[in-house]
Amino acid sequence: MNASDPASPSTRRWATPRTGGLAALALIVALAPLALANNYFYDVAILVGLNAIVCVGLNLLIGYAGQISLGHAGFFGLGAYGSALLVARWDWPPLAALAGATAGVALLAFLVGRPILRLKGHYLAMATLGLGIIVSIVLANEDRVTGGPDGMPVSPLTVFGVALQGERTWYWVVGACLLLAVWLAQNLIESPRGRALRALHTSEVAAEVVGIDSARQKVVVFVISAVFAAFAGGLTAFYTGFITPAKASFMHSVELVTMVVFGGMASTFGAVVGAAVLTVLPQALTVVKEYEMVVLGAVMMVTMIFFPRGAVPTLAARFGRPGR
Amino acid sequence: MLRVEGLSREFGGVHAVEGLSFEIGPGTVHSIIGPNGAGKTTLLNLLTGVYRPSAGRIFFEGRDLTGAPTYRFAQAGIGRTFQNLQIFFNMSALENVMTGRHLRERCGLAAALLRTPALARAERECRERAMQLLAFVGLDAYAGAAADAMPYGALKRLEIARALAGEPRILLLDEPAAGLNPTESVEIAALIRKLAQAGTTVVLVEHNMRLVMGVSDLILVLDYGRKLSEGSAEQVRNDPKVIEAYLGAAHASETEDARG
Repeated sequence: MNASDPASPSTRRWATPRTGGLAALALIVALAPLALANNYFYDVAILVGLNAIVCVGLNLLIGYAGQISLGHAGFFGLGAYGSALLVARWDWPPLAALAGATAGVALLAFLVGRPILRLKGHYLAMATLGLGIIVSIVLANEDRVTGGPDGMPVSPLTVFGVALQGERTWYWVVGACLLLAVWLAQNLIESPRGRALRALHTSEVAAEVVGIDSARQKVVVFVISAVFAAFAGGLTAFYTGFITPAKASFMHSVELVTMVVFGGMASTFGAVVGAAVLTVLPQALTVVKEYEMVVLGAVMMVTMIFFPRGAVPTLAARFGRPGR
Repeated sequence: MLRVEGLSREFGGVHAVEGLSFEIGPGTVHSIIGPNGAGKTTLLNLLTGVYRPSAGRIFFEGRDLTGAPTYRFAQAGIGRTFQNLQIFFNMSALENVMTGRHLRERCGLAAALLRTPALARAERECRERAMQLLAFVGLDAYAGAAADAMPYGALKRLEIARALAGEPRILLLDEPAAGLNPTESVEIAALIRKLAQAGTTVVLVEHNMRLVMGVSDLILVLDYGRKLSEGSAEQVRNDPKVIEAYLGAAHASETEDARG
C-alpha cells in the first residue's frame, strides 16, 4: 500500500473537487464584476447565485442520494414568505426572521420527509409534487396574510442596523453565501455521511447491510436540501423587496430540477453551472422575442443528447478527469 | 453465537424456508449447501434482516433480532456479501470499502458539514484501514479504480473487503466462488481460511463442493427449505439422504465415483 496510497500525496490535494473547485469558484465570483457592465448584469448574476444555492442543495438529494423532489420551490417559497411575514407581522429583526423561517422549513421537511421518503421513483415525485402544490395554493389563497396572487412587499435586510441595498452590495452577499453553500455541500459529500448517501443511491440493500439506516439518511438530506432552498428563498425575498406565489409554483420546482439535471447529477459544480446557464439563457434569448422558449427548449434537448450525464460530468470525463 | 429457532419464510404459499433450527458457534467455518431452490439465499436474507421471517426467531449473541431492520443486524455484528453483486458502482474500489466502515465511524452532521479536523483525521484512518483491507483481499492495485470498470472476480473480493470493513463478528458469504475460474476459487478458499484464522466466524453458501469440503468445519444441508443433514464434511458426504437429494435415489448406491 505504499506506491498507490492515495492518502499521502499532498500534491494531489489541490486537484480534488473539494478544494480546487471551490478556489476556482471563489476566483470567478471575485473576478466576475469586471465583466458586469451595469446593474442589470449584477441583477442576473445575483439571480444565478440564488438559484445555484438551491440547486447545490437539491443536487445533494437528487444527484447524490438519488431521491427526486418536484416540490422544492415550495420550500423556497416558504423561506421567502416566512422571512417576510416574521418581519412584517411580528417585527422580528430581518436576520432572525431569515433564520427562523429556515428553521421552520427544516422542521416541516423533517415532519413530511419520513412518510414521503418511504416512496420511491415516480411515487416520490408525485408526493413531493403534491407538497409543492399545497404550499403554492396556500400562499396564493391566504390573501389576508400573504397578499394572495398579487404578492407582498418585503422590507430590506438590515444587518446590525445597516440596510443591505443595491445590486453591488447584494452581489457580494449572495456570492459569499454561494461559496459557503458549495463548501458545506462538498464537505458533506466527502464525509462518511456523503458516502452513505451515494451508497443508498446505487444499492439500498447493500447500504443497509453495511449498517446505513437509509430511511434516516434520506430524511436528513431532504431536510438539508430544504434548508438550502428556504435560505435562498429568504435571501431572494429581502433582495427583490417583493414576493409572489409564482416563486413557490410547480413550474419553479421543475426549473430547479432541470438546472440540476442539465448541469450534471452528483456534481456540485454541475449544479452551479446548470443554475448559471439556465438563468442566463432566458435573459439572453429575449433578443429572439417570441421564439425564446423554442430556442431554450432546443438548446436543452441538444445538450442532453450530447451530454447525457449533464454538462459538467460529461465534459470532465471527456477531458480525462473522473466526473464528480 | 447465532441461533435460529423454527425459522420459516413463505412467499405466496411457497415455503422457501420451513421450521429451521440450528446454531452457529464462534470461530468456525459453517457451510450451507443444498440443491438449487433449497432456500439458501432466502436463509441468508433472513439472517441479515433483508427478509422478515413468517415465523420463528433469530438470536445473535443472546439478542433477539427477529423483525429488526437490516441495518440493526449489521450493527449487531453480522456482515454479508451478495450472490448477485451489490457493489456501489458510483464509487471507486477504495470508497466502497470506506463505506463498509460506516458503523466504525462516528460522524455528526455538523462535523460532516464543517469537516472538523477530528473528522479529517478519522477519514485518513478510514482510508488507511480500507487500503489494508484491499491488500488483504489482494486488490491493492485497484484502489483508485472505478468499481464499474473492475472485472467480475475482483468485484467478488471487493464485496468481501467491504463486508470486512465493518469488522463483523460473523460474515455470511453468498456464493463467493460463483462465476470464478478454478484459480480464483482457490484464492477465495485461501481467503476464507485466512478469515477464520483471524477469528471471524464465516457462514458460506456455495455450490462449489471442492471449496465447501475443503474449508468447512460444519456443513448444514438444506432441501426444500428444511434441514436435511448437519455435520462435518465427512458425515455429510456419507449421509444417504444427502446423496439422494443431490443425485437422486437411483444413484445412491454408486456414490463412490461422485465424490469430489
